[in-house]
Order: sequence, then structure tokens, then C-alpha cells
Amino acid sequence: MATSTARRQSRSIERRRGTRDRLVVTAMVGIPTILVVWLVWLPAVGSVLLSFTRWNGFQFSAIQWVGTKNYVDIATIYPPFWPAIRHNLIWLVFLFVLPTILGMVLAVVLDREMWGSRFYQTAFYLPVVLSLALVGFIWQLFYSTDQGLINEVFHSKVDWYGNPDVNLWAVLVATAWRHTGYIMLIYLAGLKGIDSSLREAAAVDGASEVKTFFHVIFPVMRPINMIVLVIVVIESLRAFDLVWIINKGRNGLELISALVSQNVIGEATRYGFGSALAVIMMVISSVFITIYLRIVFREDRR
Amino acid sequence: MARPPARGTHTSTIPLSVRGVDRRTILRGAVGAGALLGVPSLLAACGSDTGTSSGGGATAKAGNVSFGINEAKGSGPANERLQAMADAYAKKNSVTVSVNAVDHNTFQESITTYLQGTPDDVFTWFAGYRMAQFAESGQISDISDVWPLDGIGDAFKKASTASDGKQYFVPVSYYPWAVFHRKSVFEKNGWTQPKTLDDLKALMTEMQGKKITPFAFAAKDAWAPMGTFDILNMRINGYDFHMELTKGKQKWDSAEVRKVFETWKTLLPFHQENSLGRTWQEAATSMAKGECGMYLLGTFVVDGVPTDAQEDLDFFTFPEIDSSIGSDALDAPIDGFCVAAGAKDQEAGKAFIKWLASAEAADAANNAASAPFIAANSAASTAKYGALQKKSVEVVQNAKSIAQFLDRDTNADLANTVITASLQDFIKNPGNIDSITTSIQQQAASILG
Repeated sequence: MATSTARRQSRSIERRRGTRDRLVVTAMVGIPTILVVWLVWLPAVGSVLLSFTRWNGFQFSAIQWVGTKNYVDIATIYPPFWPAIRHNLIWLVFLFVLPTILGMVLAVVLDREMWGSRFYQTAFYLPVVLSLALVGFIWQLFYSTDQGLINEVFHSKVDWYGNPDVNLWAVLVATAWRHTGYIMLIYLAGLKGIDSSLREAAAVDGASEVKTFFHVIFPVMRPINMIVLVIVVIESLRAFDLVWIINKGRNGLELISALVSQNVIGEATRYGFGSALAVIMMVISSVFITIYLRIVFREDRR
Repeated sequence: MARPPARGTHTSTIPLSVRGVDRRTILRGAVGAGALLGVPSLLAACGSDTGTSSGGGATAKAGNVSFGINEAKGSGPANERLQAMADAYAKKNSVTVSVNAVDHNTFQESITTYLQGTPDDVFTWFAGYRMAQFAESGQISDISDVWPLDGIGDAFKKASTASDGKQYFVPVSYYPWAVFHRKSVFEKNGWTQPKTLDDLKALMTEMQGKKITPFAFAAKDAWAPMGTFDILNMRINGYDFHMELTKGKQKWDSAEVRKVFETWKTLLPFHQENSLGRTWQEAATSMAKGECGMYLLGTFVVDGVPTDAQEDLDFFTFPEIDSSIGSDALDAPIDGFCVAAGAKDQEAGKAFIKWLASAEAADAANNAASAPFIAANSAASTAKYGALQKKSVEVVQNAKSIAQFLDRDTNADLANTVITASLQDFIKNPGNIDSITTSIQQQAASILG
């Protein structure tokens, strides 16, 4: 009897717990779902729909259906589009090559706890915490044609921001200045997390520093590498702030994100056209996201 | 990097239906020029009650208002003037004017969301199609009952009128675009202000001989070269053609527009190189230093030169190119105020805006600030005006036709996403006139069509 009462009691507790659990789970799944649908999917679907229209952003009644006209215009008679695609790709490759490798090297060096490494760590990370307006201003002081530091020191007359053959690279250097510190910090965190017994084992086996890094440390940091990969792709696709500060993404600094903004923010109100550009950007990002997810899932299955 | 306080690149959209407002008739001819500064007889007609609050049919009572201004605190005289007007009004009527000061560019870039959110009762804005577009879409209030305004001429009234024939704007100030130079540099070299293109070319060649770059030039801000396009188009094809072009009634790949670019191409070698990376402030500095002889810009150029050079500045309107067209047209954008349709208190907003257009408001602004604006109200005191302002008044008075500015007269979408980039492209590749004009026209047809 006693046991059956106890069992019944525990069952009712279970039931009570069950309803509460169910409520908690529903809330935990439901609220994020609503937020994601509301803040991510609705705007995304909205952009896709708007990209087939022409709208000045005021009354909804003013929305006109124009079919694929925006896309055709973008590909055929909108001169900044193809340069923007090219610049985004250059941006991606550049971020992979220079700041990522540099950030990794800095992290490895600073991880050795040499004298003053805290100071260097802060110095390299500082650009990341500066506001972009400030970063733009700092580099303007370097790059200004008539009054800039670089031209003063080298007695050159290079139009760093204005010459469309040069300005993309000038901006990329400024971006790298910021991005390197970011990557460095991520790798530094990763290196700190590596079990020191791995290094000791490698040392006992007589592996050189370089060999230890490439054959032991680097493979162990795979999750960090994955994160860095994703960050670089995301950063290069949403690259925007610096070029916007410099010249609103014109004259050699066209980027898709800047073109979207030019068309919908402020003075111009081509919401349909801007949405079409945003959709193109979304499609490109989805390609990378799909590749990334496939790799991650394949790994999980293993 | 920031735009000049007084300038404002705002723009205008030509919604199809707004095309009824014919700007040619708006600011044109003797009527336009005279009335822009307020014809004295018109004032006299108002008789003895030319006070500050007389005239007009508005019965709006002063009340607490919020005032959105496009000049951040500490940004200089432009902010001081607006703040002074708010203070003077608050003191006069014992009401509260809560000033919402926003950075100039930020204000413009967020204007559409600002108006659709919770806008201030009264906000700073620009005359032109941009104003008309907001009237069209119901974002700003019809304030025709505060008109007529004492001391505000007919041309200003027309510039404040939208396509439905009603007023949605009150003007407060304006500033002309002209060719600036240092008096001392001209005197030292015995140069005189050129009257024709040949004079100008002779002068430029002489300047080059003395190792002075004739024209300072900046095109990093994409609006800056529009001033050159405007004046060349008005000199070569005339004001009427210019206005028709801005309204989409003429084609951008026409022979006329190409001629403008061809002429500009011959002038480009006399301009400062590397203009696409230079801000107008830097260009103004090189004129102030005497490295460049002249600079075509709005009167806000004084904000870019050191104080000692400010006194030394003089200007002339761009010389004549075609004698059958003359040189009596120029850009002189008008700044002013609107009442937001979403304003909490329309009546208080109207009472405030009516006062803002008064001579009393203009005086309050100019007396409190370190630099004056040129008041739209003809009864405003000119005591604070320097030589530049006085000459500006005179130049505008003598002009037969006045345009706002390419990006204020033209459809905003076309001006900001197409013409800006195309002008920069031309400066980069002056040889590509055909492909550039063709591209503008293709896009114009798509945007306006």
C-alpha cells in the first residue's frame, strides 16, 4: 500500500513536473521561434517580395508590381553592380590571406608570454574597440592627399581615397588593421585552451616548434579555425562601414552592401531596387552558409 | 568630411504628379529675382502693421512645440542660429521649445523614417522637389493658412508651394553658388574678374604660368561637382533647358548635355588634380593658401578657410559662355522649415513656423551667432552682414533665374544613385562622355518611367 501511494504520489509529481516542463519547453522553443520568424524571416520574405516592386517607402498603396525589372536593370544598366561583386570577392580573399594569417602569427607569438606581451595584445586589439567613425577619421589623417601623413612623409602625391585603382587597397589595409586584432584575440583564446601536455608530448618526441604548431596545435584548434572562417566570410560580405564613411561606396569602393544603402537610406528611396540588391546579397551569403552547414553536419555525423 | 552646415544636399523627387509645378515660372525672370528679396513696395503695402505676427489668415496660438533641427550642438554658427530662434520664441511667448538637434547628414539620411515615426512638430528642411515629394506623400502639413508672410516675396512663396498649389514650407535663408577667390591674390597679380569664357581661359592660362592651379576642385563628396554641372548647363543651354532636364523632360544623352560635358572636359585640365579624394574643405584650404586661384562653391566656403583669409574673399558669378544665353542664372538653394504631418500639436507648430519666417526670427538668429545667414525675409536687418553676404544679396537680386541645386531640383533617386556616380565617373574618364551620358539616360528612363 505504502509503495503504491508513494508511486502514485511520484506519478502526480511527475505529471505536475510534466506540465511545467512542457510549458517551459514550449516557451523556450516558442518565443525564439516567434522572434526569429518576426525579425528574420518576415523581413527576408518582405525583401524578396519588395524586390519585384517599385516603392518610395511611404504609403503601402504606392507599391507597384514591376516583375523582374529591378534585377534586369541591376545586371544590365546599373554600372556599379559588377564592380561591387568583384570588390566583395577581393575583400574576401584579402581578409583570408593577410589579416587572418597575420592575426594567427601574432597570437602564436604573444602566446609565448614574452616580456610586454600584455601591452602588445592591447595595442593590437585596440583598433577593434574603436568606433568606425574614429577609424575612418584616423585613416583620413594618413591618406589625405594634400594634408595626409603618408604623402607628407614620402613626398608623394598619391590620391589614396580618390584614385579608384588604389582606394580599395587603401581601405583594405585600414580594414586589416582592425581585423587582425580581432582574429588574433580569437586564436589567442584558442591557444590558451590547448592542453599543455600536448606540447610537452610533442617536445618529448623531439618535434620542432614549427612542426608542433602545424601537426599538433593547428589541427586541435579546428573549431577555432571554423569560427574564424565563418567570421571572415561574414565580415567580407557585410563590409560596409569604412567605405560608407569614406565616400558612400562610390568611385572604386562599390560594395553590394553600400549599394543597398545608397538606394534605400536617406536621400534616395528606391526600396524595390534596393531590396533586389539585398536579395542578391542574401543569395550569395546563403551559398557560403550552405557550404558551412554541410561541413559542420558532415562532421557531426562522423 | 561632414557637409557644410548651410548646404544640405537634399534633394527632391519628382513624383510624376508633381511635374505640374513649373519651376521655370517659379523663380524666373524679373519677378523672380525682385520678389526673392521682397519687393519694397510689397512691404509698404502691408502698412503699419508690418510687425512680426501680423498678416496671414492663421489664428494659430503659440504653444509648446518640439523643433527638429539638422545641426548638432556645437557644430558652429548654423546651430547657434537655430537655437537662438528657438530661445527667442520660447521667451517671447512663454512657451517651451524643445530642440532636437541632430547631425546634418544623419538628419537627412533618416528623414523618411523620422517623418513616419514620431517627428518633431516643426523641422528644418529645403525648398524644391524634395519638399514637394513629402507634401505629395502626406508627410508634411499644408500650412497655406500662415501665408502670406510679411517680408517674404512671391518667388519664395512659389518655392514653398507643392503640386496642389498649397504651401508646405517657409523659407528662412538662402545662399548663392559662385566663383570665390582671394582679393589680395588678384590685386597682386593685376587680375580682374572674368566676364566671358575667353576672359576666364586667358586668366587660367596666366595663373598656370605663375604655377597657380586655376580652380580648386573637390569631388569626394559626390554632390560637389554638381555645382559645376549646373552652372555650365545654365550657361551653355540656358536655365529653361536646365530645369527641363532636371524634371526629366529633356534627355541626358542629348547633344546639349554632351556639349556641357565636352566644355567641362576642356576646363578639367585647369582644375586641381585628384579631386575624387579631396573634400571641399581641403579644396577651400588650398585656395586660401594661394595654391589655387579660384573655387566654385556655395558661400559656405568661408567655413573652410582660416579667419584671416575670410576677410580677403571675394567672388563673381560664373562668366558667360554663350552671349545669346548670358550669365544671369545661378544656383541659390533655399533653406527653411516644415510642419510634420505627424506633429503632436499642429496649431502650435503653425504658430511657430509663422514666426520663424519673420524678420524678428532672422534677427534673433543673426544677432546670436558668430556668422550670419542671408535672411529670406526682406525686412530682416542686414547690420550683421559682412561684405560677402551683402554681395550675395546683390548677386541674387541681379540674377534673372535661380535654380535650387541639381540634387534639390531633380528626382532624389536619380540624383543620388545615378548622377552622383556618373559625374565622378566623368571626372575619372573625361573621354567617356558618350557612354556616361547614355548610361545616365538609360537609368533615368528606368527610374522616372
